[in-house]
Amino acid sequence: MDTIIRITIDGIECMASRGQYIVEAAKENGIYIPTLCNYPGVKPKGSCRICTVKVNGKLMTACTTPVSQGMQIENNTSELNELRKAIIELLLVEGNHFCPSCEKSGFCELQALAYRFKVMVPRFPYSFPLRKVDASHPKIIKDQNRCILCKRCIRAVKDDKGRSIFAYRRRSHRVEVGVDAKLGKLLTDELAQKAMDVCPVGSIIVKEKGFAVPIGERKYDNKPIGSDIENISVSKH
Amino acid sequence: MKTATIKIIEKYKKDKTRLMDILIDIQSEIGYIPPHAVSQIAEELHMSEVDVEQTISFYHFFSLKPTGKYNIYLNNSAVATMMGRAEVAATFEKELGIKFGQVTADGMIGLFETSCIGMNDQEPAAIINNLIFTKLTPFRVKEIIRDIREGKRVEDMFYASYGDGKNATELIKSVVSNNIRKIGPILEKKNKPGEAIKKIIKMSPTEVIDEVKKSGIRGRGGAGFPTGLKWEFCRMAPGEKKYILCNADEGEPGTFKDRVILTELPRLLFEGMVIAGYAVGATEGILYIRYEYKYLGQYLEDILDKAREKNYLGKNIGGKKGFDFDIRIQYGAGAYVCGEESALIESAEGKRGEPRDRPPFPVEKGYLDMPTVVNNVETLCSVVKVILNGGEWYKSFGTTESTGTKLLSISGDCRYPGVYEVVWGFSVNDILDMAGATKSDVQAVQVGGPSGAIIAPNEFNRILGYEDLSTGGSLIIFGNHRDILADVVMNFTEFFIEESCGSCSTCRIVPSILKKKLEKILNARGVMQDIDDMVEWGKILRASRCGLGQTAANPILSSIKNFRHLYEEKIQKNKSFDSGFDLNAAVKESCEATGRVPYI
Repeated sequence: MDTIIRITIDGIECMASRGQYIVEAAKENGIYIPTLCNYPGVKPKGSCRICTVKVNGKLMTACTTPVSQGMQIENNTSELNELRKAIIELLLVEGNHFCPSCEKSGFCELQALAYRFKVMVPRFPYSFPLRKVDASHPKIIKDQNRCILCKRCIRAVKDDKGRSIFAYRRRSHRVEVGVDAKLGKLLTDELAQKAMDVCPVGSIIVKEKGFAVPIGERKYDNKPIGSDIENISVSKH
Repeated sequence: MKTATIKIIEKYKKDKTRLMDILIDIQSEIGYIPPHAVSQIAEELHMSEVDVEQTISFYHFFSLKPTGKYNIYLNNSAVATMMGRAEVAATFEKELGIKFGQVTADGMIGLFETSCIGMNDQEPAAIINNLIFTKLTPFRVKEIIRDIREGKRVEDMFYASYGDGKNATELIKSVVSNNIRKIGPILEKKNKPGEAIKKIIKMSPTEVIDEVKKSGIRGRGGAGFPTGLKWEFCRMAPGEKKYILCNADEGEPGTFKDRVILTELPRLLFEGMVIAGYAVGATEGILYIRYEYKYLGQYLEDILDKAREKNYLGKNIGGKKGFDFDIRIQYGAGAYVCGEESALIESAEGKRGEPRDRPPFPVEKGYLDMPTVVNNVETLCSVVKVILNGGEWYKSFGTTESTGTKLLSISGDCRYPGVYEVVWGFSVNDILDMAGATKSDVQAVQVGGPSGAIIAPNEFNRILGYEDLSTGGSLIIFGNHRDILADVVMNFTEFFIEESCGSCSTCRIVPSILKKKLEKILNARGVMQDIDDMVEWGKILRASRCGLGQTAANPILSSIKNFRHLYEEKIQKNKSFDSGFDLNAAVKESCEATGRVPYI
């Protein structure tokens, strides 16, 4: 069976591999679809909704929808970009995000997306929630103020027996990512670092280390998020 | 207590996917899920504690803290409020000396609120230790509290006669009423149980599917997917095992027809599941029932046992070699979103009821990642009649797009709330006539529950059916004296806030923001921009994963569309901006404490 199929993204003919998620197919074709809860190598969850595209006219998340032959995808449209900007603003007003003092500033994907989408002042009222900072674990700090509930840590960080170290707690607007009281204490340096790296924002911070990279040299200081994808040459099938 | 937990875990063979059952049993035995039980479950099921807790803390009826010996869950649906809930709630609080969400100091009585419990035709209603108390009044509340204080068993606290029909039978003994007002081909009890099974064993599974396709029946839960097609997809899907899940998680406020079917026609429902099993090649069925209907549990188990005795369930059903099918009951634990089919599957697997991404669809990858059909209670009952009388017969009812009949749950301001079986194609006006509503005294009708639409009299000639007003069957009637914005739209919006699974950013955040806007308008601080903002911001929800999220702004959006004047009456005409912040109120307390007068 032919595994290479044709799709179009914003009218541009693209080649993709059957079964590949839209977001990956787009990337291989040099097209950036903004993502936040998605993480390479981790099963997608489609919870932030930022990668929402229109597939044959229907709103779908690009990180969870596999491509199929002849699929017509809308991505870079004013309607979708406006929706994405609104979602970024929603995440900003939901928590307490003070970029200047955050260890992840310059590496934070939410911050980088806000710059890319030119968020000035959120249209929504800030909710200023009272949230906790859990510093009870020897290796990490879990700052709930900055958590955007993307589930990346939940999905990516497991102990050697495959057990979850992070998990959701409660539901609705009360939901939060909890750290297992026992397993959190047993975190290795390696896993702690992985948890911090997997977190798109500054909600998981490895203790006793911070601000290692000077301003100006940080990941998103010079080039906007997504530009690495847009600059790669289109792969030839 | 330690051994009790272990026993329960072992009863379910240390199976992770039965975590819901394990938690339900522990909760009912101990009254909450204590920390040592969480540790034991985690250890025995090879999970982390935080993983166990994520399931526990998702469901309304599970608690990580001790609850009372008696736990009162008072329904807070809009119709309950219309029928005098405020006085009932106040009496509970006064008599018990506690607020909602608290337990009395002696640990005896817990008082909680809960979303619609499927009793809209007999509100205000409450659940006390799994039993339903309907038509509550302040007087009745005092009696109940007195009985509790005397230590009576909950089942001995009914003083009136039991409800109608099977509600009065030994295994149910409930005061709940069926209120069946109109009977049609589904609700009539003409056929004997097992008749359809005898018929299908002479047919091939594809012939069964063809007959269902011929009938044109579409899913009765609200989404309206053609049932025959769903079965065919599942039959064709590769998988070593297939499952039939019946969705009896009727949680849409104002819907209660499935409760009546479960009470009066469970044999019909089980037969429908067996037929579906035969058609798609499934050997196991799961009836997923909302926890609110736990009072029907013993009765339903008894019927399943009898069906096994008669070989309508089990191995070689009806003497047909290789036709094996059995059914187990799975309870939810208080989560509206579990009525969404993929969330229901997640919940049945012992997890949080968070909807899945689609594709893959449940017919390809459903329960335990196997091909699964999820059908509504009413759909499965209708299928039995399709098999007995033929697809052509079924098609002769209703309209071209919407064949057959529909069970409606009608409540609110009318003389005869209850369940009506009507052919598709009735207008809203017909429904109002039928239910004994005084037309001159109807301000609005909510069609399809909070996720549907609220319509005004100028649209009452619209037709119920997939081609016009599609509905899972809930119709709530609001009289002229009702405050639509404060009592209905606000109530529904709060419902959606409470019932969001919290996974999608859109559904988790937007409804709370919309609620603040609505509050601002109700507090007479709104301006025109607020209405426009609500319309724009409500649209963001369309990007949510499931139906709950996508429709969470519908109460606000459809009321702005059809009752815009109610909003405009409340906003400030001569102002284009108002922050909504009341400085006087904000500094009131500190001014009182310091004896100062605010300088504003």
